[in-house]
Amino acid sequence: MSWFSRLTGSKKPDIPSDLWKKCPNCGEVLINKDLPRNLFLCSKCDHHLRMPIWDRIALLTDDNSFVEFDSDMESQDPLNFIDSAAYPDRIKKAVESTDSFEAVTVGEARLEGREIMLGVMNFDFMGGSMGSVVGEKLTRLMERAIERRMPTVIVSASGGARMQEGIYSLMQMAKTSQAVALLNEAGLPYVSLLTDPTTGGVSASFAMLGDVHIAEPEALIGFAGPRVIEQTIRQKLPEGFQRSDFLLSHGHIDMVIHRRQLKPTLSKLFSLLL
Amino acid sequence: MSQEFEFEKPIIELEKRLSDLRSLSEEGNIDLSREISAIAEKIEAMKSDIFHSLEPWQVAQVARHLDRPSTLDYVKLLCGDSFVELKGDRLFADDPAMICGFGRFGSIATAIIGHQKGHDTEENIYRNFGMPHPEGYRKSRRVMHLAEKFRKPIIVFIDTPGAFPGIGAEERGQSEAIARSIMEMSRMRVPILCFIIGEGGSGGALAVGIGDRVYMLEHAIYSVISAEGCAAILWKDGAKARDAAAALKFRSTDLLEAGIIDAILPEPLGGAHRNAEFVANAIGDIIQKELPSLMALPADLLLKKRYEKFRAMGKFKLEQDSEHA
Ligand SMILES: [Zn+2]
Repeated sequence: MSWFSRLTGSKKPDIPSDLWKKCPNCGEVLINKDLPRNLFLCSKCDHHLRMPIWDRIALLTDDNSFVEFDSDMESQDPLNFIDSAAYPDRIKKAVESTDSFEAVTVGEARLEGREIMLGVMNFDFMGGSMGSVVGEKLTRLMERAIERRMPTVIVSASGGARMQEGIYSLMQMAKTSQAVALLNEAGLPYVSLLTDPTTGGVSASFAMLGDVHIAEPEALIGFAGPRVIEQTIRQKLPEGFQRSDFLLSHGHIDMVIHRRQLKPTLSKLFSLLL
Repeated sequence: MSQEFEFEKPIIELEKRLSDLRSLSEEGNIDLSREISAIAEKIEAMKSDIFHSLEPWQVAQVARHLDRPSTLDYVKLLCGDSFVELKGDRLFADDPAMICGFGRFGSIATAIIGHQKGHDTEENIYRNFGMPHPEGYRKSRRVMHLAEKFRKPIIVFIDTPGAFPGIGAEERGQSEAIARSIMEMSRMRVPILCFIIGEGGSGGALAVGIGDRVYMLEHAIYSVISAEGCAAILWKDGAKARDAAAALKFRSTDLLEAGIIDAILPEPLGGAHRNAEFVANAIGDIIQKELPSLMALPADLLLKKRYEKFRAMGKFKLEQDSEHA
């Protein structure tokens, strides 16, 4: 089957970076080379920094078990979209500056021995925006989950739709949401793992349609971005608005889980559901 | 007219001259029929010129015209007294930005769902400018399930700037409400016809836009983001909305070409608000023509076709196309 034949194409992380950054929460100076070992957690306050996708994949899967699908799928420029830069140039820049070819990486892997379908979004790639490639890759992932009778985990991190693809990007919400309906009909579990940030068209489609919703601590999760809301209602938003605990207390997610506990939690869940 | 566009000004000026001439002719009992018909002809020619060469930005203005017929206007014209409105999501509240109910189009009884805008400020405040809260999408989902239960087709009118971005909307799960509406609509076991009658604003429009057929009025728009929003984000300048409008390709002709909609319903010269009956008749004709064949399809086949319709939307390329069977 062609889906499983492509193992090549994954790019090794190659980001020239500075030596350190400050924790956005407490201001602690964090040495970049120490971050992967510490799972991109602040060594002082435990703040969950954004995690690069290959570190995320390593966190959630058994060693060397991840096999990527559709790594050769590329965006087109159906609208010939140009704002301050042309869309193809923006893509090129994103490919060069991240460790991804698109805003989602999908594949199959094992999680504590159990085979799963895994999709991981990359916020650094054009804000994790969902265009045709993201929608298609995730839809294929779910369709494969049905074919192979496997559970699905999708880690979202996105500002929403890829505006440069216009109406095509909007339709990815339809495409992915209806694929979740098929997962439901097939009786297969789908866990949506919401990371910072998950808003717009991604949260208003597959990300809010999981059987179980898990969020990382302090992640921004919502429909509209806080700035848009502030401009619309002309008032300051309360502290903690649209953060993980806010969603938990309003009933939109099942749990807020520390990064270190994600893999065992998923494993436990699947052992109960399957 | 309660709202005038810059690009309509020459028409409106001529219309004023025409009415002046008419009253002059009547009051003074002078025969000005030649002058009057000349101006009338000129007006029609000018309308035709202007409305056949609207820029995308101008189309968006027509789509948002305060007088533009919204859901209830068409429901009144098409269903008359047969319409029964149903309210409330049974969870939190009713949402006046979303109209739900059942009505009769000719001999066919259907569920009716639609965003509702106001025609003046007071009504717009009551309707929240056609921007639903989560309860709006939960109400329409409830009524769609009623349609499924009673095996009635669903007619949807789309006319919203988008789902409302606010504190209450977030507290009550706007994202989930939209997502679940899309997902469940994709599996409704009855035919669904969607008509984009004004603004098809992003996820708030798509939430009720999963139809077996999707039609669009000539001057309606359907877009992932408003031109203003797009300009603010990508151009970092809200004043570039005109450029963004052109770049987003949100007009009916663009969407037909992209394979997103099934057909365009022509509007009277000057826009739907100049002759709502004309547009209503066109919508009624489509319903009468398309529904019987869709209602004859077995539900499983209907769902399969609906899935495939939206499954195919998107543009991407594979490096090794030969590998992809
Ligand atoms: Zn810290």
